[in-house]
Amino acid sequence: MFSGEQIAGLLERCGITDVVTVPDSTIGQWETAIEQSGIRLIRVCREGEAWAVAAGLYLGGRRPLVMIQCTGLFESGDALRNVLHDWKLPIPSIIGYRSYLNQDTLPGDTCLSFTEPILRAWAMDYKLITAPEQFAELAEHLQGYATAAAPRAVLLAEGKA
Amino acid sequence: MSGMSLVDALRALHAVRRPDDVVISAMGAAREWMALGTQRLDWVFVPSSMGQATSLGLGLALAQPERRVIVLNGDGGMLMNLGSLVTLSAYAPPNLVVLLLDNGVYEITGAQPTPSAPAGRVAGDRIDFATLARASGLTSVFSFDTLDGWRHGLESVLTATGPVFAVLEVAPVPQAKGPRSPGPAPGRARRFMAALSQRGG
Repeated sequence: MFSGEQIAGLLERCGITDVVTVPDSTIGQWETAIEQSGIRLIRVCREGEAWAVAAGLYLGGRRPLVMIQCTGLFESGDALRNVLHDWKLPIPSIIGYRSYLNQDTLPGDTCLSFTEPILRAWAMDYKLITAPEQFAELAEHLQGYATAAAPRAVLLAEGKA
Repeated sequence: MSGMSLVDALRALHAVRRPDDVVISAMGAAREWMALGTQRLDWVFVPSSMGQATSLGLGLALAQPERRVIVLNGDGGMLMNLGSLVTLSAYAPPNLVVLLLDNGVYEITGAQPTPSAPAGRVAGDRIDFATLARASGLTSVFSFDTLDGWRHGLESVLTATGPVFAVLEVAPVPQAKGPRSPGPAPGRARRFMAALSQRGG
């Protein structure tokens, strides 16, 4: 839907210094462009780690973003609860929404049932992006993360696992 | 499980830590570290997400490469985030020191055995965290099972090229309570960030 260069450029404009990530087949394609932009890419082993690494970076003066798939969101609930709600660190995220655009690979994928209710349960202010024409909306949502009342996430519709 | 006193082990570290060191403490170590007296650059990771102290330390060490970051972690927490050992070795911040205080139990929930301790394993064997750390790619790895050994080795641990991983075999604290939060977390985060932003602070 978006090129790595588009995303990297947006992250630079948002002041993002580090992207902490576990890839999927959509967001993983952006890694090279993000690294080439000068933003540090930090690959972790599991998504719960991502929020804690990002928290340490933020406390140390960096401006990190977490980039994971919705399955990783499910895995990392306690870590994001602690970072975003206990400590109230304004760390934005981009979350890949598996199977939203088609379910050819995983018919009946339950990610469609649980992703948005879980984002709401974790009190995340998320913006669902389903088409390339929404890039400006994506950018506007992300750019306001530092002063937003609730943690901001971009939920990016994906077509395959 | 035998082992040195947790308080004595931390007291030895407390006596030699530099004022510009960042010390992250979790769970039982946080309780005892607070009792010994904290400084502006101490991050009492309470409330926490159990298991995330090593990852938080990695982020801080990468963000503040001029400071030494010391993480006081427990074996229960380490088991929840073993993958973080691989991430530590992947990014290899030379200023990061992880001390694993291995007492073999989930101390603050009633001293139930962890799956890495002999009492928690059908075979009665014991998981060697130092071997796990080396297999995860860490090279500055130490083990101590006596207080004298720890006191003698402490300087070597703190001056080794990081990331450093040191296992301290400690005795469980009987009837131990969980660490109490020293105050509202968001305000502590702001003060901690302000302290970190001061040179040499």
